[in-house]
Amino acid sequence: MKHAFETLVGEVHAALQAGEQFTLGYSAEQSQFVRFNHAKVRQAGEVSQASAQLRLVRDGRQAEQQVTLSGDLQLDRQRLNVALEQLRQTLPLLALDPYLRLDENAWHSHSLQEHPLPALNEVLALLEREAGDLDLVGIYAAGPVCRGFASSFGAFGWHQANSFNVDWSLFHDNGQAVKANYAGQVWSADDFAARLRQAREQLGFLGRPAVTLKPGTYRAYLAPAAMDEVAGMLCWGGFSAQALATGNSALQRLYNGDARLSPLVSFTEQVSGSLSPAFSDEGAPRLDVPLIQQGEARQRLISARSAAEFELQANGADGYESPCALSLAPGNLASAQILERLGTGLYISNLWYLNYSDLPAARMTGLTRFATFWVEDGQIQGPVSTMRFDDSLYSLLGSQLEDLTQEREMILSTNTYGQRSTGSSHLPGALVKGLTLTL
Amino acid sequence: MFDSSALLRQRFAALRSTAELFSLRHVKQSHQALSVRRNVAEPPFFSQDEGAMLTVRVNGVEAYAATADLSQAGLQRALEQAEALARQIARHSLLDLREHAVTSARHDHVSPNFDQPVPSLADCLGLLAAESASVPKDSRLVDWQASLGLSLVEQTYLNSAGAELRHAQRFLFPGLGVTASDGQDSQSRSLGRDNFGQQGGFEIIERCGLVGAASRVAGEALQLLQAPNTPSGPRDLLLMPDQMMLQIHESIGHPLEMDRILGDERNYAGTSFVKASDFGHLQYGSSLLNVTFDPTIGEELASYSHDDDGTPASKAFLIRDGLLLRPLGGALSQFRSGLDGVANSRACGWNRAPIDRMANLNIEPGEQSLPQLIQGIEHGILMRTNRSWSIDDARNKFQFGCEWGQLIENGELKGIVKNPNYRGISAQFWRNLSAVGDHSTFQVLGTPNCGKGEPNQVVRVGHASPACVFRQIDVFGGDA
Repeated sequence: MKHAFETLVGEVHAALQAGEQFTLGYSAEQSQFVRFNHAKVRQAGEVSQASAQLRLVRDGRQAEQQVTLSGDLQLDRQRLNVALEQLRQTLPLLALDPYLRLDENAWHSHSLQEHPLPALNEVLALLEREAGDLDLVGIYAAGPVCRGFASSFGAFGWHQANSFNVDWSLFHDNGQAVKANYAGQVWSADDFAARLRQAREQLGFLGRPAVTLKPGTYRAYLAPAAMDEVAGMLCWGGFSAQALATGNSALQRLYNGDARLSPLVSFTEQVSGSLSPAFSDEGAPRLDVPLIQQGEARQRLISARSAAEFELQANGADGYESPCALSLAPGNLASAQILERLGTGLYISNLWYLNYSDLPAARMTGLTRFATFWVEDGQIQGPVSTMRFDDSLYSLLGSQLEDLTQEREMILSTNTYGQRSTGSSHLPGALVKGLTLTL
Repeated sequence: MFDSSALLRQRFAALRSTAELFSLRHVKQSHQALSVRRNVAEPPFFSQDEGAMLTVRVNGVEAYAATADLSQAGLQRALEQAEALARQIARHSLLDLREHAVTSARHDHVSPNFDQPVPSLADCLGLLAAESASVPKDSRLVDWQASLGLSLVEQTYLNSAGAELRHAQRFLFPGLGVTASDGQDSQSRSLGRDNFGQQGGFEIIERCGLVGAASRVAGEALQLLQAPNTPSGPRDLLLMPDQMMLQIHESIGHPLEMDRILGDERNYAGTSFVKASDFGHLQYGSSLLNVTFDPTIGEELASYSHDDDGTPASKAFLIRDGLLLRPLGGALSQFRSGLDGVANSRACGWNRAPIDRMANLNIEPGEQSLPQLIQGIEHGILMRTNRSWSIDDARNKFQFGCEWGQLIENGELKGIVKNPNYRGISAQFWRNLSAVGDHSTFQVLGTPNCGKGEPNQVVRVGHASPACVFRQIDVFGGDA
């Protein structure tokens, strides 16, 4: 695929006219998608897709077009030429773009990982052996993913990796469920089988009589997967330079210095060591960016466009200025002590469907989902029926945060909207003194 | 229109397969996104996408392969990939589809005013720039954006039983949003955006009311910034159509999706508090509640003649006089469950397979005008324009928030309040429906952003609704 991309870059270079500049992004994947229900295959397919995103710049104006690539070089060359021509006709219709900034550096980046993926037969056989008698539902998604970027200034980036993501739930007869995931770039049948067995063991706790709670404030432990949902809300414009400058960020008061989080809280955009490409979709090398340190705001995520508009220094952010590899520093709580330190309260494995009930106050609501337990004196009593929380981040990760776990989980995104995501997060669990349940 | 049809037909006819059944679904779509933010045009974005999904059935087991290589060899390769996959999963397959009938229908469906030309790019940008420039100069107005999305979609479905179904659709998504901030608090008002989209031509811009709206929308954002918080406590709740659409979507639409009830979505989108045995028996709402699957309102986002599996679409009551009658289940779900459903098997594009989706899901109008609805409320609140949505995985416990609230006391509209939120439980909420607005309150709305499925898919769904009143709902405001 890299060769095909290089060829297309050469074609666009050759077609360029005097005074024109371009950037060309590339995204491709070959994916196997197999859905499961009741531990059987519900739907299976293979998808082969590739697209190029061409940005043409001339005389301080820019426009962009994305085209699907067929894999036939002659046809794809023709499609890019048509796109180039349409962009050429568009530019004179536009006003000067005061926020146009081009990275004129001829940076190079190359990452290639070709660990073998399992044969589908092996995956199906493992699932049948380890979970064939269970009510398993979920998806296996696997295959190579490529991202590329090139510019007329000589920048060139290539990222190619084989990856897999098995995301599943096991349902008890009583409707309670446990969620599990096995994802990465290096497949191990033993590790997958172990993860399946671990989920099966957790299922045992769900058979106990369900506990129904009343609205109120409870001690709670949020496992890393639950913290991923909270962190996901912050990725929704929280650290964005544009959102912060225009009243649309939930962390506005933190960045204004009017509020702070617990000193235990340090968030970083940690691209190095993650599975994300080392360059943004805008073609800038991504940087590790400290966002919150010891509860206080530090840097924000700044795209080239925001840098121009708000007179800031760009730091490799995508156009949406959302983290792709958010990391929360670990705390002091040993995993083995979680139940003991929790004492009496909620053990929350997962949260679901979060949204803001008051965005400027960073107040968010959402629900428990999958394996949430009521714990008394450090002992699991039984699963808790779905409950809604509504609480401020300044409470959850501020005044009410007691500790974070020493161990963290690397959570690879299961997002497949349009294409398989390369995003991830690296998070500890959180012990909070009070979580407000409302319904 | 349908320029690819002859070649596709020819290539489909030349495909060779040992499968008992196979189909090709070709999708070609283009999109144009324009916006002017704070009086500066954002770089225009265009996209062109084209590909095909080949689906086979081998001994009752189905599988698919999707490709953008539409050459004869490319299509044949994808067909063979799908066949090989169907054989590979046969021993593990959940479904035996040998007895599942397929369509042989032939039909063309075209959006209203599909051939009507739309204004040039320059004119569209001019319209957006003018609207942006109409936002008053006020230091508290920190962000505003006028936008227009335009999508063209052509789809051709061919199968080995002789079906040929073609859709040509054009969608417009106008939008305007303004944010006011005093440094501590921020309040936004919007028009269109994720709450509005329709099929058709440029008449949609007029129906949306975009032109000339900027000053009013900005003024409302400023009013909200100065308004008190919504008071807490039970009140009668008057929801305007641009919040009703979200209420319908989350607490009627999703729970009635048959694939959720059959368990397919339990790992991601979730399950449902509704059981298969509830159809025909469950009193879902008060006797005023009439909910239809209606693909016949031409301009509504998901109006079509056949769904993506080729099932003919027609209007059907899902809930009549409050009684739950049928699910949102396409032909496959009907085959699996034995229940009557509707034509709602849909895919977001050529690279995703059809599953049960909402399409046009509407509430039928009642008999009261808006003044009558307000007059009937002693202690209540009017809410409009969704801004926050959250509901559990069984689609029961919800909490929704709106941009705009206005208190109602003794049958009269009173002061504006900010951060209007409310929460409830779907299984009880619709039984509190106490009044339904008439045709004068009825609006055809929709959203381009309904997400579901593994792998994930986003589809356009339509919702048309009158204003509605619900008795004694738990209402509350924000922190600030």
